[in-house]
Amino acid sequence: MSILHTVNKSPFERNTLMDCLARAKDGAAVLLIEDGVYGALAGTQASDAIAKRGAIKFYALGPDLDARGLAEKPLIDGITLIDYSGFVDLAEAHNPVQSWL
Amino acid sequence: MDDFEDDEFDGPVKKFLFLNRKAPYGTIYALEGLEVVLITAAFDQDVSMVFADDGVFQIKKDQETSGINMKNFSPTYRALEGYEVEKVYAEKESLEARGLSEDDLVIPVEVLSAAELAELMDTQDVIVSF
Repeated sequence: MSILHTVNKSPFERNTLMDCLARAKDGAAVLLIEDGVYGALAGTQASDAIAKRGAIKFYALGPDLDARGLAEKPLIDGITLIDYSGFVDLAEAHNPVQSWL
Repeated sequence: MDDFEDDEFDGPVKKFLFLNRKAPYGTIYALEGLEVVLITAAFDQDVSMVFADDGVFQIKKDQETSGINMKNFSPTYRALEGYEVEKVYAEKESLEARGLSEDDLVIPVEVLSAAELAELMDTQDVIVSF
């Protein structure tokens, strides 16, 4: 089982997405939640960091994107949108879980 | 007060700038900042509202919060006009870094550069940061 990383802070305000990506191995999963979903946006100053890690599987929590008015904004290619039950499935499919608070 | 019937605030008027730098739902700062600016405006103060850094996300349109069980307070920004808060600004560099334009925003703003924001901050009596 590979690791599931979660990131819940905006990459424009904190470094936790970069801290996570520096330690995430190819084949790992990274889930963006809460203010972390701002990191899923395409065409921002923070987009490159995720875009160049094609061997990591990226997910973003849909309800958090919707809340922030981002449902219609383009996301970085390869990010999979999930809901809360998808979050549960990810937690079940990966071990351990590391939260980059 | 000379006129007991007059409910207008007749104390000194100061120039207040509210600098909003936080995204809307991860912390309570954005909601608290909005409440304080409306209260300040109710006392007939000279209010400017600035959205910079992640604060520009506060006024992103299309917010739909039913999925996270939190109150969507973004429509309340439209009440600023009713409180005669007409000086509303968003910082250009902050919008561009986040892939946003004026079309993404729930209220009309004047877009100003970081250098122009610095000048605006210099002209204030009080700066309140959220």
